Amino acid sequence: MERVLMEGSAAMAEAAIQAECRFYAGYPITPSTEILEYMSVRLPQVGGTCMNAESEIEAIGMVWGAAGCGVRSMIASTGQGISLMQESFAELANAQIPVVAVNMCRGQGDYFQATRGGGHGDYRFIVLAPASAQEAADLAQLAFHLADKWRNPVLIMGDFLLSHTSEIVTFRPGAYPAPAPKPWAITGAKERRAITLSPLGPSEKLSTDIAATLTAVTGKHAAIRAEEVRAETGHLEDADLVVVAFGFPGRFVKYAVRLARAQGLRVGFVRPITLWPFPTQVISSAAERAKAIAVFELNAGQMVEDVQLAVRGRVPVHSIGGISHDHSGFGVGPLLSVEHILRRIQDVYPRSGGAA
Amino acid sequence: MSHPTNREPATVNRGPATVDPEPGTTNPGPGTRDQKPGTKNQDPQTTGRSLTKVFDKPDLLLKGEHSLCPGCGEPVALRIILELIQDLELRERTICVAGIGCYTAFPMIMDVDVMQALHGRAPSVATGVKRVRPDAFVFTMQGDGDMISEGLQEVLHSAARGEQFTAIVFNNAVFGETGGHMTAATVLGQHTKTTVGGRDRTRHGNPIKISELVAQLDGTAYVARAAVHTPSALKLTKQYLHDAFRSQLDGKGFSLVEILTMCPTDWFVPPDQGPAFLETHLTPTYPLGVIKAD
Repeated sequence: MERVLMEGSAAMAEAAIQAECRFYAGYPITPSTEILEYMSVRLPQVGGTCMNAESEIEAIGMVWGAAGCGVRSMIASTGQGISLMQESFAELANAQIPVVAVNMCRGQGDYFQATRGGGHGDYRFIVLAPASAQEAADLAQLAFHLADKWRNPVLIMGDFLLSHTSEIVTFRPGAYPAPAPKPWAITGAKERRAITLSPLGPSEKLSTDIAATLTAVTGKHAAIRAEEVRAETGHLEDADLVVVAFGFPGRFVKYAVRLARAQGLRVGFVRPITLWPFPTQVISSAAERAKAIAVFELNAGQMVEDVQLAVRGRVPVHSIGGISHDHSGFGVGPLLSVEHILRRIQDVYPRSGGAA
Repeated sequence: MSHPTNREPATVNRGPATVDPEPGTTNPGPGTRDQKPGTKNQDPQTTGRSLTKVFDKPDLLLKGEHSLCPGCGEPVALRIILELIQDLELRERTICVAGIGCYTAFPMIMDVDVMQALHGRAPSVATGVKRVRPDAFVFTMQGDGDMISEGLQEVLHSAARGEQFTAIVFNNAVFGETGGHMTAATVLGQHTKTTVGGRDRTRHGNPIKISELVAQLDGTAYVARAAVHTPSALKLTKQYLHDAFRSQLDGKGFSLVEILTMCPTDWFVPPDQGPAFLETHLTPTYPLGVIKAD
């Protein structure tokens, strides 16, 4: 298969097109703009439509319309723009319209926004966190598959480094089955009954069973939790300290763990690939054996709360990340370095009983 | 029609038709019935009299009743819209994008595909719809609060882009669903719960004339302002909607029909005074007629 050198943002956009995404709307904002640029060139080549919308709110409205017609559709922004879309996000989930959204974050401060959501009501987004351009491409394909499979929006949470780092990528267009028919989609009532696609009530005309509509949305959550958890793990079998990190920083942690083990420290790692559903069981099992858990994230401490819920107080949970930005505020700061991470791993490594 | 339908057989309109008398009875013909003045017509099955149905709800209206207030103008506008879709045989191509207001009760009684949008966002949703389904007939249904207050930039940008759908705004100059509050279209002097004593220019600002605003934009092909308060106004409403729909079907660009509708409840007048209130209070600010036609 062909190997190409691409930035993570372009890899994600190309993978989306190969997954039959045919509609994209976006508003320029660093560091997600490259996806919009790529789509504006590539989508028309395959008969698709790319809209340079006048605002994030209008962009998500356009994606709503296209996706509601059954066309695979995508939107990207960064946290600020994603904030503007939250009302629509909540209602897209309630209307069970499958869209794929990308948040190319500045830092990792949008973890709560991604996993809790800023919208109203009972809803969840499936959240995927790639750590490389290759994984960005793979997860973009998976995102469209999962969105259709569950009729639920999927958010891909990337970051500045992922968006702008060029890496070797191989595309695997046939990784998932072709999209299934979408009888819920709005097409015009040709040779079928007329329907409504709404976050407020049922599809059937003359029906008012709103509670059943909303219960159908939340009723999927347990099944998604059971089936869709994904995580990469390493050295959990003998780890006294398990470090949890997601996204691009997860790669730095993986390398720091390797250096720590070379120094004789029994350290393992968990890299959640799905932030929702969160790999609670993976971390809970790791906490059975480990003496401590550490969480490295580029924010003031958000995912650490999900880790604490998994650990349930059995061992100490240390937050070893922090806020770290470059001078522009868009990129990553000095904290994202293997030396820093290794030092913090050494600082929290459980000495009594540890091998060091 | 051969397509599957949501309609119950009993509600199917067979158009103007004569109700047959019971077999074997003699039809005495018009003008011979001995009905007492002021009493209702008797069942033709028992009397054998012939009745001619001259008016009914359109086929595409799934129920002959609505859940809005007495005297509301929005159901009247809905009936005209559905009649036109029926007349133009557009049902199988129609996609309605509905906003949020009292009229959000309509999608469930409309026998066409409807995508329910958020408050203010229907033009953007309709943009996405029409871009991926260019052969569809797409119209939005918003109120003045939805389009002119919450979502003004959405309709302006859609018009400027020349999106090929028809935007319909029911303008009753008030937030009806919340119970009578000022919108961006409330006219000067109009009493609402948030403009007690009347909308005042210096305190509350001026109403926005959406049709004139949209007509200025180059992507707009057709704009008209109609009303549903008199029979003649209704006739013109249907004509304007027809011309707007044709404009879309001919690919001319964005079209908008503003329909002034009665809201006696939130104008704080009795239902039968709604039409007169519309004439005296709304039309001076919002004159009726075609504003732009390419």
